[in-house]
Amino acid sequence: MSDVAMKTTEAGESWIVRIGRLAAPFLGLLVVIGVFTAIEPEAFLSVRNGQTIAIQTVVVGIGAIGMCFVIIAGGIDLSIGSVIALAGVVAAMMLDAGQGPTVAILAAAATGIACGVVNGGLITGLRIPPFIVTLGMLGIARGLAKLLADNQRIAPPPDSIGWLEGFVDKTPDATWLLVAPAVWAFLGVAILAGLVLRKTPFGVHVVAIGSSEPTARLCGVRVTRTKIMVYALCGLAAGLAGAVLLGRLGVGDPTTAVGLELQIIAAVVIGGASLSGGEGGILGTMIGAFMLSSLDAGCNLAGIDNSIQDIIIGGIIVAAVTIDGIRHRGT
Amino acid sequence: MDDVHKRFGGVVALDGVRLEVAPGEVHALVGENGAGKSTLMKVLSGVERPDAGSMRFDGREWRPAGPVEARRAGVAVVHQELALAPHLTIAENVVLGSEPGTGMLGRFGPSRRGEAARLASSALERLGHGHLDPNRLVSTLTPATRQLVEIARAIAFEARVIVMDEPTSSLGRRDTERLLQVVRRLRDEGISVVFISHHLEEILAVADRWTVLRDGRTVDTGLMDSIDEAGLVERMIGRSLDAVFPERREDFGEMVLRVRGLAGHRLPLHADLDLRKGEIVGLAGLVGSGRSELLRSIAGLDPVRSGSVELRGRVLPRTASPRDRLQRGIGLLSEDRKGEGLALRMNVGENLLLPRLAPACRRGVLSGRLMRDITRKWTERLSVRSGAFDRRVGTLSGGNQQKIAIARLLHLDSDILLLDEPTRGIDIGSKVQVYELLDRLAREGRAIVVASGHLPELMGLCDRIAVMHRGRLGPARPAAGLTESDLMSEAVMGRERNEESAA
Repeated sequence: MSDVAMKTTEAGESWIVRIGRLAAPFLGLLVVIGVFTAIEPEAFLSVRNGQTIAIQTVVVGIGAIGMCFVIIAGGIDLSIGSVIALAGVVAAMMLDAGQGPTVAILAAAATGIACGVVNGGLITGLRIPPFIVTLGMLGIARGLAKLLADNQRIAPPPDSIGWLEGFVDKTPDATWLLVAPAVWAFLGVAILAGLVLRKTPFGVHVVAIGSSEPTARLCGVRVTRTKIMVYALCGLAAGLAGAVLLGRLGVGDPTTAVGLELQIIAAVVIGGASLSGGEGGILGTMIGAFMLSSLDAGCNLAGIDNSIQDIIIGGIIVAAVTIDGIRHRGT
Repeated sequence: MDDVHKRFGGVVALDGVRLEVAPGEVHALVGENGAGKSTLMKVLSGVERPDAGSMRFDGREWRPAGPVEARRAGVAVVHQELALAPHLTIAENVVLGSEPGTGMLGRFGPSRRGEAARLASSALERLGHGHLDPNRLVSTLTPATRQLVEIARAIAFEARVIVMDEPTSSLGRRDTERLLQVVRRLRDEGISVVFISHHLEEILAVADRWTVLRDGRTVDTGLMDSIDEAGLVERMIGRSLDAVFPERREDFGEMVLRVRGLAGHRLPLHADLDLRKGEIVGLAGLVGSGRSELLRSIAGLDPVRSGSVELRGRVLPRTASPRDRLQRGIGLLSEDRKGEGLALRMNVGENLLLPRLAPACRRGVLSGRLMRDITRKWTERLSVRSGAFDRRVGTLSGGNQQKIAIARLLHLDSDILLLDEPTRGIDIGSKVQVYELLDRLAREGRAIVVASGHLPELMGLCDRIAVMHRGRLGPARPAAGLTESDLMSEAVMGRERNEESAA
């Protein structure tokens, strides 16, 4: 038959699909930028606002990198907002106890990893759906944060935050950096994560587990171990996000980042990931995170209430998942 | 149609096809994938033009300019992929493109819904489905009913030849039976039906005449009464059925797998099995007898309660994971190809390399080029058509999917192959290729177990066959001395009772 013609489309298929998947979030991003540029042209397009959006993207974006792995593996982590708060509190306690910022960041990372390992261990060991396990962890981590902080903010001495403060400062001392050093570090982490996902056996195993867990098992993929690693990775991301948040707020606040898990999941789904697993990518996730923080900053500038913002984000999540559903019906 | 030729670029799709369809007959067109059936139908319905040869319809030269003209002239095609607009009603779909005229305004005038509905109803009535409401949206219909609407569309405009391209491929058994009933009704009205199907039993049930295509040529044609399933298959694959199965092997090597008293949590209850290098052992038995569970237990995918598996003289720990067993050379081909065997959403290369990605890595990083090269090596060796590296496995035909699943075991270099229904749901040409492949693998010194519900396949392929009955495996006996009825009665009644009744 028309084999020649078919082959070119087949070979090109994955590219077309991939570009198509990125087109939607990219268009969304352009719409958001366009709308706010129309409302507040000078303020929204200012350097200052760009710097604000960039550093705000870091918290959601780091979390979304971790979440991206979880969702591609066919899971979900609802606890990420609480774990971010818990990690921030633990890091603040370290600073308060006289430790330096490096130790504090490591402590935050370790806290996140511990939560992730517990999540992954319960999901694989007891075969409880990730939705339930991480919903439980959402409560546990939040409660733990409040317990540790004694229901108050932990305010370490201002100078104890040290280099971390400059690291996340949206107007960097070295102006040639344009944005906070943390933004550049974050971009490096994102590229690394993208390579891990696409170019390592671990990444292929994650995709395989999300596409078809029985197939992965049949092929000798260590499903249990890989899943625990994925949740641990997500925990690590939450821990780092918590440290960044601490650097920005200057305090360890146990009540911060409530509902942040929704923004993070939204970033991943907007970026083209499928909630049924097996699909998604870091680049799309980054676009999604950038879109959400643009929305956030834009709403603040335009004086749009937080509650309206929540409604908009909720609507976007539903829209993104609907698009995902339609895409799958097509194939 | 006489001596029709069609080339696409350098590819000769049709190379001298003859097809004669008489009025009021069901004419089966059969052939392997790629034999040229679909191209022939495109030429017939005006989608493609022939490069050479002649076509006559009703005694006159037939050169339709396109499918619309062909339909007006009485030749309609019911497509494999249903070609209906889901957001329109049944009636609107039936008249689509040929809406009844509405006076001066033509097709810009108000559409005459009443007449369209009447047309649709009467067509459905003729098909024996007059109860369908023509104003229902097509998107609310099942695939089977949508197919009826397509057929109704064809006969509403006085089609005299209806071509059905794999009409039953998406239908269940009951809908298939209903469709065959519709086909018979069409015939009784004097309409000719060209029926393309992979399922020979449907063809035997409904067709009056047959034509076999192979490699773009008409191989043979005749009356349905004069042929049986085996005859059709022989003409499709171009050699006698005896040659479908390779010759039996001799000279087996040392014992590589020894299973003793293996019992799972539910099934199997008790299995002893010996397997030597270079031999193919068959597992027969009814569905649910525990064939699959036995293979899965050996592969470590189902938990084992008692018994032992000895691999090259060493007992495998009962807790050895599927991964451990894969690395020691035990490879399983899953019976559930779509659910377990392959990750349908991943591409060919990923599926093939998934259990062993290391050879495609440079310093721990996957190399796209290495993945591509390794994939190509295997798809070429197993002659997987259109097995492009980055094509989604879900878009391949069943036969090609199965070859990818087998290629994975070869990439793993498994030397003990446990194959669960290796030819289920694949076309006859691929089946033959799988048989040849398994024979080659056995001769290379691999040891193979094949579980299958299809006895002729086991009898033709295997050196020894053991029968599973209610979770208990009988002894493996040389296939040469067995008959199908021996195996069947042992599968149904079990070994002891079978022997009692024989005695």
